[in-house]
Amino acid sequence: MGTTAINEVDKVVIKFAGDSGDGMQLTGTQFTGTSALLGNDIATFPDYPAEIRAPQGTVAGVSGFQVHIGQAHIHTPGDNPDVLVAMNAAALKANLRDVAKGKTIIVDTDNFKRKDWEKAGFAEDPLSSGELREYHVIEAPMTALTKTALEGLGLDNKSIVRSKNMFALGMVYWMFSRPLEYTERFLKGKFGKKPEVLAGNIKALKAGFNYADTIEAFSSASAVLPADMAPGLYKNVMGNEATAWGFLAAAEKSGKELFLGSYPITPATDILQELAKHRHFGAKVFQAEDEIAGITSAIGAAFAGDLAITTTSGPGLALKGEALGLAVMTELPLVVVDVQRGGPSTGLPTKTEQSDLMQALYGRNGESPVVVVAAKSPADCFSMAFRAAKIALEHMTPVLLLTDGYVANGSQPWKIQHTEDLDDITPHEADKSMQNWQPYERDTASLARYWAYPGQEGYEHRIGGLEKDELTGNVSYTPENHEKMTHVREEKVQRVANYIPELEVDGAQEGDLLVVGWGGTYGSLLTAINQCAAQNKKVGLAHFSYIKPLPKNTAEVFGKYKKILVAELNQGQLVKYLRGELPQFTYQQFNKTQGLPFRVVELAHAINKTLEEK
Amino acid sequence: MSVETLEYTAKDFSSDQEVKWCPGCGDYAILKAVQKAMPLIGRKKEDIVFVSGIGCSSRFPYYMDTYGFHSIHGRAPAIATGVKLANPNLSVWQITGDGDALAIGGNHFIHLIRRNVSINVLLFNNRIYGLTKGQFSPTTNLGQSTKSSPQGTIDNPFNPGELVLGANGHFFARATDTNAKALTAILVEAEKHQGASIVEILQNCVIFNKDIFSNYTAKDVKLDNQLHVEHGQPMIFGSNSDKGLKLNGFKLEIVTIGEDGITEDDILVHDAHEEDSTLHNMLVKLQMPVVTGIIRSFQEDSFEIRMKKQVEEVEKNSPFKSVNDLLESGETWEIK
Ligand SMILES: Cc1ncc(C[n+]2csc(CCOP(=O)(O)OP(=O)(O)O)c2C)c(N)n1
Ligand code: SF4
Ligand SMILES: [Mg+2]
Repeated sequence: MGTTAINEVDKVVIKFAGDSGDGMQLTGTQFTGTSALLGNDIATFPDYPAEIRAPQGTVAGVSGFQVHIGQAHIHTPGDNPDVLVAMNAAALKANLRDVAKGKTIIVDTDNFKRKDWEKAGFAEDPLSSGELREYHVIEAPMTALTKTALEGLGLDNKSIVRSKNMFALGMVYWMFSRPLEYTERFLKGKFGKKPEVLAGNIKALKAGFNYADTIEAFSSASAVLPADMAPGLYKNVMGNEATAWGFLAAAEKSGKELFLGSYPITPATDILQELAKHRHFGAKVFQAEDEIAGITSAIGAAFAGDLAITTTSGPGLALKGEALGLAVMTELPLVVVDVQRGGPSTGLPTKTEQSDLMQALYGRNGESPVVVVAAKSPADCFSMAFRAAKIALEHMTPVLLLTDGYVANGSQPWKIQHTEDLDDITPHEADKSMQNWQPYERDTASLARYWAYPGQEGYEHRIGGLEKDELTGNVSYTPENHEKMTHVREEKVQRVANYIPELEVDGAQEGDLLVVGWGGTYGSLLTAINQCAAQNKKVGLAHFSYIKPLPKNTAEVFGKYKKILVAELNQGQLVKYLRGELPQFTYQQFNKTQGLPFRVVELAHAINKTLEEK
Repeated sequence: MSVETLEYTAKDFSSDQEVKWCPGCGDYAILKAVQKAMPLIGRKKEDIVFVSGIGCSSRFPYYMDTYGFHSIHGRAPAIATGVKLANPNLSVWQITGDGDALAIGGNHFIHLIRRNVSINVLLFNNRIYGLTKGQFSPTTNLGQSTKSSPQGTIDNPFNPGELVLGANGHFFARATDTNAKALTAILVEAEKHQGASIVEILQNCVIFNKDIFSNYTAKDVKLDNQLHVEHGQPMIFGSNSDKGLKLNGFKLEIVTIGEDGITEDDILVHDAHEEDSTLHNMLVKLQMPVVTGIIRSFQEDSFEIRMKKQVEEVEKNSPFKSVNDLLESGETWEIK
């Protein structure tokens, strides 16, 4: 490792950016995996264009992967990169404004020719114009060096150029004292059948590592030590993957077979794909012809006794609305996952937003209550998918689980939860001891009806979307019955509050300001709140995992603070809901709709402003 | 009730709900025929499920004393698919109208057929929207005036059979609400067939499209205007059983036995099991006579069977025996 002094830091944010064909997502996940194995805490954020291959060399075509590694607890992928790896001029252009002066920028000089920087929208060559004067710039002709290193391996030029991401990764590995084994192992698995390509990639990786060692250019060469995390067995998980696993765990715990009806849509598709890999658990994964068939096939499976799931994003949830109402009316267990993205319409397919909350709560005809829950981090997707399934099966209701692009594609170390450590799930089924079972007879505590399904002798019954008699489930148009059923359906959902955890507060337990959030913004909000605590400010964070119904102690918690600030990546949807549900409080709001997560600085600014206002 | 002692009668399948179709509606006769077919299919009552969409016809499941699901407009194929995949042992029946199946539910209809899920689809074709009181449907005759086409429709109609075969349908039959016996027999065959079985039933809506099929079904014309096909039998029809079909080049020709030297040996023999659907398509398109009976019945592995085989195959070769095995797989690290 040469003689360079290693400068230990407690956390660092690295962004790999290049053309969408440059393999930046892979580079980023490799760095993540290696760092996880070293025991760092991690948060990642991939940021890729909506077009698979936007024009090469343009800002529109830039794909990035940001990773935050640390010795301390990490809750966000970081506001600003400490190190930017820019594989071309467009990647520099797209990310420069996020890099603070004095930070490190590594560039592949081979992609900074005149046509490159012109295409990227620079007026002058950024490497010589002085624009980067205040940064620590490391210029490396990565493409040329990769070509030289891979000479004689018999690879065509395209494959050689493709390996330059491994060269870049090698450089960054050296810079942060990371071992190469994890990536070498990965490459062997991936290219085992193509020995030349494998040799090329490994050679490029080592060449990058050695080059960085040789030039000793890194004043910021750092070793990030392992984080201090609770003992246990860990693995790195992505949100969508964790969602899929949560459902598999729920199926096993409930003794139900899993049925997924889904239609591909960014950023939810990975859940479908992950579950499709797990047919060995008997998972029935059905790629439907559209979102409507996705949910209705799931409703059919629920009617027939399966743990039924449908997964989608905002536009798909819009299509599922009518069918979700059918699930409300027939009181069948169903989990709908909406991995939110920027809207309306096709909006920002690959960017994150929290703007489907109103749709989740109200986006159906009629009085149509469903349970609405949200996941707050990639690892939390496992728990919330499991919980959503548990509520659906035990309370005989559709449950809508909201995640978002940021949580779905982000990753973090997860302390593996074994199935024996999870709660039991007892589906609310009719049993032989019940005399004269009626389809809409209810448990007096939860108001859940008793599930009976085809194949069970003696329970033959008919249900459907028409209003039902409160006991027999036969069609009923009686005015009093409809009103009663309308109340019962709402009350059943409200009573779920008796079975979910109470709201907990991070930071100050009472005081000047309560910051309120929900879903995927938890990491950013928590980091901001922790900063406040360090400055002795009396600020707490109430982060909602359960939105409908609200936890029972919500009003009690809200009452302990002088001010309430609701921060959301939308124009104020939770805040509108809270104003309706708990009108006795005054709410202020902080909103952002840029398709991007909150930055801790902007939150800190908003918090301070709210604290200062009279 | 064990399978050996299954001794249901049609009455066992009639629910306690009052049937609410208009007096004289063809749906009554279809309901009767279905209730008659049920004891003949050899399935336990609790293993039978009727799924429908929305329309007059879709009220059907309420009247059957089996499991039933009256769902939303057009989506019954997907719901039925979910039911069947959840429990492939069930006998699943879909009830749908011409609007439900071919307008709002057209997408689900063709995909159910393409996938070939073992579901028996009874398409009640009255060539009109009954429940919403008389607008034209995707099968209404071109030029017909209805509540929403006072000057006559300018839409070309679908021929459901053509759509089924175009979507690579493996089983298609046509029946009428006036011949309950033939319908019952077809339903039993539809259930036996593995894969999606589509049965188009020409149904009389006495209120909004009265007697639209009387040209085929009226007592005095039905023998001359309907050709009821049976697999392996020559395609002969007519009140004197002297008319038949013969192939002339690429076209079907109607010939008379005894005229121009035609004998029974010249008449085409119906082969419902033929994989190539060219001839089935010609039969489906024939307008006069209209062809009834099982026009196509070609069998191969259905979707749910393929899914089951795949799950078993993957299960056999997978290193994961429990979810814990999966959770612990891949790169993990221990923090002490
Ligand atoms: C989403 C939706 N759109 C429209 C309707 C209104 N609607 C109910 S039944 C129907 C047409 C039914 O016609 P068909 O399927 O031919 O059944 P029939 O009544 O003739 O048996 C329509 C348009 C509805 N119930 N739901
Ligand atoms: S409107 Fe027509 S289809 Fe509907 S019940 Fe009356 S006769 Fe039958
Ligand atoms: Mg109709």
